[in-house]
Amino acid sequence: MEEEHQDKEQSETVRCSEPQSHCSLDEPDSLQVANTISLENSSPVKLDCSTEKPCRSSSDTVKDIDSTNGPSEPEPEPEGPEGDGMSTRSSELSEVRTGEENGPSSQPQGTAYEEDQPENVSDSASTDNTLEDSSEFVVTVLARGSLEDQGEGPSSALSEASSPVQAQAPSHRDEDVTAESWRRHRKHVFVLSEAGKPIYSRYGNEEALSSTMGVMMALVSFVQSGDNTIRSIYSDEHTVVFMQQGPLVLVSVSCSRQSEQQLRSELLYVYNQIVSMLTQASINRIFERKKNYDLRRLLAGSEKILDGLLNLVDSDPSFLLSAVHCLPLASSLRDSLSQILQKAITPNLVFSILIAKNQLLTIVQEKTVIEDTRLEPADLHLLLNLIGASSAFQAGEIWTPICLPLFNPDCYFYAYISYLDPPECTVCLLLLSTDKEAFYAVADCKRKIDEGMRTQNALRSIARAQSYSASQVGVSDLRHFMYKPFDVPDNHRQLTQFTSPEMEAPYSSEEERMRLLDLYRYMHSRIHSSSRPLKLIYHVAERETLLAWVTSKFELYTCFSPLVTKASAINAITKLLRWIKKEEDRLFIRNPPKYSTTPNPSKGSRGGKGGSDRQDTTDNGFLSLL
Amino acid sequence: MSEVRVRGRAETGLKFHGETRALRVKMVLLGSSGVGKSSLALRFSKDEFKASAPTVGCAYLTQVVCLHDATLRFEIWDTAGQEKYHSVTPLYYRGAHAALVVYDITKRESFIRAQLWLKELEKQYIPGETEVVLVGNKMDLPDDREVSLQEGRSLAERGGLLFMETSAKSGEQMNELLLTIGSNPEHKIRIMQLLERNRV
Repeated sequence: MEEEHQDKEQSETVRCSEPQSHCSLDEPDSLQVANTISLENSSPVKLDCSTEKPCRSSSDTVKDIDSTNGPSEPEPEPEGPEGDGMSTRSSELSEVRTGEENGPSSQPQGTAYEEDQPENVSDSASTDNTLEDSSEFVVTVLARGSLEDQGEGPSSALSEASSPVQAQAPSHRDEDVTAESWRRHRKHVFVLSEAGKPIYSRYGNEEALSSTMGVMMALVSFVQSGDNTIRSIYSDEHTVVFMQQGPLVLVSVSCSRQSEQQLRSELLYVYNQIVSMLTQASINRIFERKKNYDLRRLLAGSEKILDGLLNLVDSDPSFLLSAVHCLPLASSLRDSLSQILQKAITPNLVFSILIAKNQLLTIVQEKTVIEDTRLEPADLHLLLNLIGASSAFQAGEIWTPICLPLFNPDCYFYAYISYLDPPECTVCLLLLSTDKEAFYAVADCKRKIDEGMRTQNALRSIARAQSYSASQVGVSDLRHFMYKPFDVPDNHRQLTQFTSPEMEAPYSSEEERMRLLDLYRYMHSRIHSSSRPLKLIYHVAERETLLAWVTSKFELYTCFSPLVTKASAINAITKLLRWIKKEEDRLFIRNPPKYSTTPNPSKGSRGGKGGSDRQDTTDNGFLSLL
Repeated sequence: MSEVRVRGRAETGLKFHGETRALRVKMVLLGSSGVGKSSLALRFSKDEFKASAPTVGCAYLTQVVCLHDATLRFEIWDTAGQEKYHSVTPLYYRGAHAALVVYDITKRESFIRAQLWLKELEKQYIPGETEVVLVGNKMDLPDDREVSLQEGRSLAERGGLLFMETSAKSGEQMNELLLTIGSNPEHKIRIMQLLERNRV
């Protein structure tokens, strides 16, 4: 069984029962030591490792920095609060350890594989770690949110198992960042500027966290001064992942036990959501002009959008799979919806998107646009999140500039958002234009669409549409699955989609759903491990059995009851694939239709479209009001 | 609550009307984040109050009002107060018949912002085209007041603007605000003249 996904107490036990490597149980503070720090660049270096246990695996470029005081090494430390403990020696590549690459691909039958997640292996922990040492200092600070406390070890917080995300909606912003509960959040995300200025924190007020963020920045720039890039820090309980994007630094501090790769891709979503509101060009320009600009003034009011995104990332597998979930719909109905959209066009309209229950109904694209490129799932996810966040204004029509970072990070589209079925507000229309003046023309398209829907009574049919249950597949023991086909053969280069039934009992509670998602995330991290990717995993967990399989045609994650046998699971998957094939037309958008609205097709190139619409936000308006 | 409001409107000669044939009045709400622009718009269009998330971009609402013999179709542009959207807001106030510059009487900062908004607006509008109203919102919170009634009034007088304190939450002074925009005798004539040109 799988330690990672066990309950808190259990994983605690496992950890403690680990061999001597876990040392220092006599000295509880050592639990917080950051065991591993991985850097991006070049000559991996292992620091003064007093541990004898050779580390497994080796990603190309990792340094392992042990946290003990050791013989000090070449790298001088110019500045940075940390120091004494950090030393580097560029010889012992073999000692590098990275986390998720350790590969129990050897456990196809999935009985307990040994704890090899970085958080739980404390190779280096057998050294006596002193409190003053640098990495501990950092983690301590990350955990406590205040520099002043560095002297004493707040061991308990970090050694305690994490609690699941609590949905205490009202006031994450007002949380006491020195409180135990703050430290126990499952996943923190921080955004700061290169000057160390706080921009966003998922929990707690950024202002109160400025010293913490200062330490993060100090770490980043300390490593940078050695021509290197810090990528991650592993401690027993937490994984800290750093990502720099232009002038912004994003940091994830997680005890969710997700892989570094997954955390990194989540940080990228956060960055892209910020870009979607400001554009990359204007972010870069602002910081070129003024290094210590406080970006919060531009993001004021958008915290909810980022909060919403992070909650979605945790609860919606679309983000994990980088694919879009569409609502199952009879293909004839989907086609007629597409036709309604296809008829309601105006110049410079590029995407018409219909969404119900936060799932895609249909999408129609401008011809020249689809020729060049396609809407990336990640861009669509950001749009869906924006719609969710603007729900407060369901009565009106919204017109807002929005950038689709993967399509073109430097230009704005103008999004028209309106619900077709007030006051229920379940069916949402999203029209994207490249013309910022086109509101009235686009709003007219909406009226046409309204009419079309009314004459066909389409809203009623949409209301009847719903997701399906795993039991409909007719395979016993199959509880849930996620199926993502690669390029549907008759229409390649279309939007990447996946299909998945409702999560039903026993996954009806929030906690259970999260637990299943965590299992999926684990399977996903194994399949996509950068050092040891796997094609097939059969994994017996405590309360269910999972099978993940990736081929050139699809990626599939299945969850069975614990009583299933390997043979019957494989048999079930054959049946499942057959069922999906049969239902394909209903489950996926097969032929995304197109229309042509560009008066001048030569402008339709990716660059051209972006360029024609580019606007200088910094000169136009807001800076004059500072 | 809504009972009272409807009666209030009837008394003052305002009546809501379902007809679409009407004179078009473009109205834009400006002001910094959190002063209650969306709440004013919601109170105006649906006569309700609920706390809302910050507006994304710009929200467009319509409301038909029957004013004596004329039917006005208010098109309300509720802009986001956040700076990142300022670059696009000129689109919304260009050609507006009425511009409501809103501040929060409990936040001096928003009053200072309102003055910047007024300056910005001056650059854009042609005198006589746009009726500018300075609105001090949240008058239901007198204990937290940071901007006095007099300050607001004298700022408005200096600029030759209309002035009103309101509460979108309690609905106080909302009818008066509408009337100020719609039926101040002198301005009404001006609005009507403008509307002649924009007859739908």
